Amino acid sequence: MHQIITPSSRGKDLSILLIFIAVVLTAPLWGSLIGAGYPDLLQKFAIFGLFAIGYNLLFGLTGYLSFGHAAFLGVGSYVTVWSFKLLSMNVIPAVMFAVVFSGIFALVIGFLSLRRSGIYFSILTLAFAQMSYNLAYSVLTPITNGETGLRVLRDDPRVIDNALGVTLEGSPLGDLFGITLTGYAGFYFCAAMLILGFWLSLKIFRSPFGMKLVAIKSNQTRMEYTGFNPRPYLLSAFVISGMYAGLAGSLMAITDPLAGAERMQWTASGEVVLMTILGGLGTLFGPILGAATIKYFENIFSAINLQVLENTFAFMPEWLGGIMVTITRPFVGEGWHLTLGVLFMLIIIFMPGGLIEGFRRLSRLFGGKKAASETPAAESEGGVK
Amino acid sequence: MSNGDNDFVLSIRGVNKTFGGLQALSDINLNIEKGKVHAIIGPNGAGKSTLLNTCIGLLTPDSGSITFGGKDLTKSMTPHAINQAGISRVFQTPQIFPELSILQNVMIPAFAKRDGAFSFNPLKALREEEGILNEATTLLDDLGMGEGAHHHAGNLSRGNKRRLELAMCLIQHPKLLLLDEPTAGMARHDTNRTIELLKKIKESGMTKVIIEHDMHVVFSLADRISVLAQGAIIAEGTPDEIKGHPKVREAYLGSAEI
Amino acid sequence: MEALLLQVLNGLDKGGAYALIALGLTLVFGTLGVVNFAHGALFMLGAFVAVSVQNVLTISKKVKDESITFFDAYKETPYLEIWWGDFGSLIIDFSVPIAILVAIPVMLLIGLAMERGLVRHFYKREHADQILVTFGLAIVLQEIVKANFGANPIPISAPDAVAGSVDIGSMFGLTGVVYPWWRILYLCFSLAVIAGVFAFLHMTTFGMVVRAGMHDRETVGLLGIDIQRRFTIVFGLAAVVAGLAGVMYTPILPPDYHMGMDFLVLSFVVVVVGGMGSLPGAVAAGFLLGILQSFFSMNEVKQYLPGIDQIIIYLVAVIILLVRPRGLMGKD
Repeated sequence: MHQIITPSSRGKDLSILLIFIAVVLTAPLWGSLIGAGYPDLLQKFAIFGLFAIGYNLLFGLTGYLSFGHAAFLGVGSYVTVWSFKLLSMNVIPAVMFAVVFSGIFALVIGFLSLRRSGIYFSILTLAFAQMSYNLAYSVLTPITNGETGLRVLRDDPRVIDNALGVTLEGSPLGDLFGITLTGYAGFYFCAAMLILGFWLSLKIFRSPFGMKLVAIKSNQTRMEYTGFNPRPYLLSAFVISGMYAGLAGSLMAITDPLAGAERMQWTASGEVVLMTILGGLGTLFGPILGAATIKYFENIFSAINLQVLENTFAFMPEWLGGIMVTITRPFVGEGWHLTLGVLFMLIIIFMPGGLIEGFRRLSRLFGGKKAASETPAAESEGGVK
Repeated sequence: MSNGDNDFVLSIRGVNKTFGGLQALSDINLNIEKGKVHAIIGPNGAGKSTLLNTCIGLLTPDSGSITFGGKDLTKSMTPHAINQAGISRVFQTPQIFPELSILQNVMIPAFAKRDGAFSFNPLKALREEEGILNEATTLLDDLGMGEGAHHHAGNLSRGNKRRLELAMCLIQHPKLLLLDEPTAGMARHDTNRTIELLKKIKESGMTKVIIEHDMHVVFSLADRISVLAQGAIIAEGTPDEIKGHPKVREAYLGSAEI
Repeated sequence: MEALLLQVLNGLDKGGAYALIALGLTLVFGTLGVVNFAHGALFMLGAFVAVSVQNVLTISKKVKDESITFFDAYKETPYLEIWWGDFGSLIIDFSVPIAILVAIPVMLLIGLAMERGLVRHFYKREHADQILVTFGLAIVLQEIVKANFGANPIPISAPDAVAGSVDIGSMFGLTGVVYPWWRILYLCFSLAVIAGVFAFLHMTTFGMVVRAGMHDRETVGLLGIDIQRRFTIVFGLAAVVAGLAGVMYTPILPPDYHMGMDFLVLSFVVVVVGGMGSLPGAVAAGFLLGILQSFFSMNEVKQYLPGIDQIIIYLVAVIILLVRPRGLMGKD
């Protein structure tokens, strides 16, 4: 069902990384072919891709299902906006602080939640995330600005900027040593982070550490009687994935300097689970693929309104068109979440291996013998010998 | 008798364990001599597996002590600490990592032996761990499992899963190896292969405790035998002594299985 | 003293809701071994049964308002009132009790359909898959409700007869403990439902088999008893309990589409605190946490510990997990 951690050859890993970089950097080109060739959407691909890559390191490798990762996303966003407000519009400190703080936050929540496993763990992470969300909305309003959301203001202190004599012109936007991160600049910054995140994920996939995480998923009891203490491994994976989420949250705030509590809601946690599973749980590329797929279709579906539907079904006889409109209406526009929920269920019921598994099956079906031998275990033949 | 503690790898003293109202182990005293193969036999439900479970931290005895390498294992030692102290175990139902390859199954315990209960090295590539890769490959070759070591362990036959689990324990060079029915459910030729393998290990001087139903296996391997019935040790001695022991015959005739 | 009593009372009705939801969660987990993330959605659906009943009863048409004479004014008048006058108004007034009667068969059907149609196929799958598929179902259900009833809370009123408050304190010689009738009713109602479920489990043969099945599923299966069918019914029962809790809660909290998830998260915490698989634990923890929550909502407490009311339940859960991981009454 999922890709095995392989002691793959250096050359193969390098080519995987290079192909990935090439695909990400040329995104504006191939994006325009599928109607996604604008920075706002591509940015989302990268940000949610990062979120899902990190989430996959926890759920995909160890099998521990967290329902609370949106909380780290929120922390990343808030910390970033505060860095903008207090220190500088420069994104480097903002990103660093966001990753560090979400890591600390994940350490605390992970330490507590990992005292239990299985369903208890899922419930605990869900409870902590919901608690963070409640707090962000209520008593932490001085920090989070409650319902309105936290935003950068003209008269914020920005100590470093002021010391360097940098003044804010126009609307406050993230800045990388003079480059304002809007449009494609924003996308390429996110893309650079995505490449970094993917590189680290690849490293972990190929490391003894990653192999041990899969071993925990595979048979935790055996792990304990083999002399390993699973908890610090799980906690490390939890913190790392929390930091990915924090980074993703930070990038959200950088590309749109506003942080709101709704980012921490359980629906956001559910979304990243779906992205990871849709793409292929425990696989290297699956999570990014899932994230991009969902954001792509969200973009299309949300934009569809009644008018568009009526036009789409205009070729049909009026009565049939009317029925079609009535059927499809709840799934588009505002109803995108309904589509998402249905998709969620369908994937888990019929395709637990996700898109990557689907592709594998297809290639086995059409690719004949060569593809047939590419089962995960056989794949690991490279490198070791 | 030389009863100096130094000769004993493991000393079980006065161990009791009850489940509900059932006395699973009653006042067990057992010394495992260094470098010897000690077999524990007895009818089903005699408490053999329970005894092994108390030795690896899976169960805590109600009273008594289990001393290993100067430490009392019953004093809140975690399973991984007990393993790190030098005890490895083969379970009755094979416990392996079905989602990993055969080779990786053997590498994992090697890492535990080398790096301890926790090490954080996410940036080091697996392929750079040449020492452990070679060690695991060599061991698998020795056990005749070298071919197809890159296949999923989950697809192995039950007998091969047992052998794999044995390999996972052997790579740790444990001071004490606990084997819970290593040949149960195996076909005859697999059993013989396993006996050969265990004999080979015996020469290495590794101390072993083995639970076994198959008397053929027991008498061809054991240096010493303890007989367990209804939670108590009813006889102990060399294989020859045990063969002729009246109590043993009685205990075995009382149960359906021999 | 009076203020404390009031807070205890306040906590009891919230605790009643937690206990009812947690009871169903525990029943389903204990029998089917499934963690049902859509259980909160059942609570929400129950509440929307009440909304639907109220909507149906108040279907109305425009009638000329006779009381206004100097121009033609129209007002919406429910058919029931047009047909039956005061008796019609009385029926509308009693929409919540009527909704209870409606909710029992409706929720039972929903529960059975859910078990037969979806949950059943996940018994052999991993826990993670069970969680995820029921989570997906919860999203679908709440989005359907949102599409049909909108996103805003819908106020529902209790019957006039019990809409007022009662001076409870006077019964105990205290003054100033005034408490709404409906909340007292809610408490009694939840206690009655809980008692009913326990009586069902302890006094009927059916219940005894179910309890035996919760204890040791395999053995009961070996006895040749069709445990599967009984478990399906248990799922239906849990759905009814959650649904009724939802119906009765509508006058206290105007229902909206996401109320299910809010209550589910808290009920999970309740289950964890009570001890997974322990029915008495779920009930006790439900009331306990309800009372704690309302106690920490007191201004006297909040002024020293701001925000404590938002997190107290989670804090208790954390402490319990650290000190006693199996929960208050858990077995393992």
